Amino acid sequence: MPSVKLSAWEIVEIARNPKRKTSLDYINEIFDDFMELHGDRNFKDDKAIVCGLARIENQNYTIIAEQKGRSTKENIERNFGMPNPESYRKAIRFMKQAEKFKRPVITFIDTKGAYPGIGAEERGQGEAIASSMFEMAKLKVPVISIVIGEGSSGGALAIGVANKVFMLENAVYSILSPEGYSSILWKDSSRYKEAAEKMKLTAKDLYDLKVIDKIIKEPQKNGEVDFEKLANNLKKEIISSINELKKLDDKNIVQNRYEKFRNMGEYIKL
Amino acid sequence: MIVDKIKKREVQAVKNKKSNVDIPVGKWLKCEQCGEILYKEAVIKNLNICPNCGYYFRMHIDRRLELIIDEGTYERFNLDIETTNPLELEDYPKKLKTLREKTGLKEAVACGTGNINGEKIVICIMDSGFLMGSMGVVVGEKITYSIEQAIKQKLPLVIFSVSGGARMQEGIISLMQMAKTTSALTKLDEAGLLYISVLTDPTYGGVTASFASLGDIILAEPKAMIGFAGQRVIQQTIGESLPEGFQTAEFLLEHGFIDKIVERKDLKDTIYKLIMFHKGGEK
Ligand SMILES: [Zn+2]
Repeated sequence: MPSVKLSAWEIVEIARNPKRKTSLDYINEIFDDFMELHGDRNFKDDKAIVCGLARIENQNYTIIAEQKGRSTKENIERNFGMPNPESYRKAIRFMKQAEKFKRPVITFIDTKGAYPGIGAEERGQGEAIASSMFEMAKLKVPVISIVIGEGSSGGALAIGVANKVFMLENAVYSILSPEGYSSILWKDSSRYKEAAEKMKLTAKDLYDLKVIDKIIKEPQKNGEVDFEKLANNLKKEIISSINELKKLDDKNIVQNRYEKFRNMGEYIKL
Repeated sequence: MIVDKIKKREVQAVKNKKSNVDIPVGKWLKCEQCGEILYKEAVIKNLNICPNCGYYFRMHIDRRLELIIDEGTYERFNLDIETTNPLELEDYPKKLKTLREKTGLKEAVACGTGNINGEKIVICIMDSGFLMGSMGVVVGEKITYSIEQAIKQKLPLVIFSVSGGARMQEGIISLMQMAKTTSALTKLDEAGLLYISVLTDPTYGGVTASFASLGDIILAEPKAMIGFAGQRVIQQTIGESLPEGFQTAEFLLEHGFIDKIVERKDLKDTIYKLIMFHKGGEK
């Protein structure tokens, strides 16, 4: 296993690599009997977020996952993994059912951000993201979020209000893309590599900032990620964390999540 | 998440050597909509609205407080905090210090309690003159603390938003303030307390996508620009021009995302009436 230290920008490139495994790859590898179910019961089935039911042994789960395409055709269908408001409203529908039927929720985060479009604004992109976080914060069932690739902006956080947040070793999680950051803060989009270093967007940075709870290693085999081993490790982490969280009653599972986000960000008292 | 239009105005303001808020240097100011040169005192007397064309100037926190809260009843929360500068940016603390001196503000939001026609509320007012009203850890903490105070004191909460979104300079920590403020609002909701969100020009990004969109009642000032994504970002993404009136308060009302557009002169009384309609719901 090579132990070369990657730069933050190199990690961004790995996280964005079109060959990187997507949410559905993990879901199918980790869970038994995944069944996708569709639609927000209001406007449409937006395909940038996949929702459904799955099982590991005798434990049922609700799955909510941002899904990038694995081919050009699928990318167009999935809007390159950039959700419209309907995706978040579909997610809310599945969160509520998870609570009703006492299923833990597992979310997979992998998006460049919520889609910036005319229709998205007409149909309340901001409201949809806010409501998704709001409903997620209230859930009386355990929630785990896993950042598997790109976790960018409110479009990622919308499904990231979890009791435990895991992050793959070479995933990134940030306020927006390094390109956007350098163009807004420095008025110079060509400084994206420097921005990536500054932004603290790697798993290690985010663990140190207490934004995430666990880094999932990406073991190598013959110069590639050993996907089976990785998925298997992730499965073990999901099972053990859910078993831990299931010990908390309704009130405490909400409180546990509340305290995590209540304490986000340190400050100095004057 | 910072809006391009705002930027342009900021640059203009610097060029004209006057603030884009309501207290420019000197006695005169130029209307950004009709271009008329106006006597500053006359604009302030007219609720910071252009007497010529009706353009709504953005307001300093102190002026907004004057217009909304009964005289002498505002008590700011004793919460003086500062960012740890989580991204360790060299020029950020200096920038904050300069802004504090220039604006007389401590941060992009002021929070406390005060009365509206005798009814006590918790009030938060944001200010576009402070890093475009962006939300970093201090703004997030102050909003959250105010929500908690509303619950503790069983008071209605009113937030006046104006913001470019999450604050770039604090990176992911700013993003997390969206989840923090939103989580706190779930507790206010459970307590059966009223939250009125007032959207003013401009409200964008991570503020639109968190507490600003979660009011029991959402009001907006006329023609305020409100959205999630900035207009240039949308244009670059879709490669076509945007429809007339896109992302205005009127556009949001038409699409069902706000309850009511209220003229500045009617805001205080409207909020008062709403408070009275919601009495007795507290748990
Ligand atoms: Zn005018």
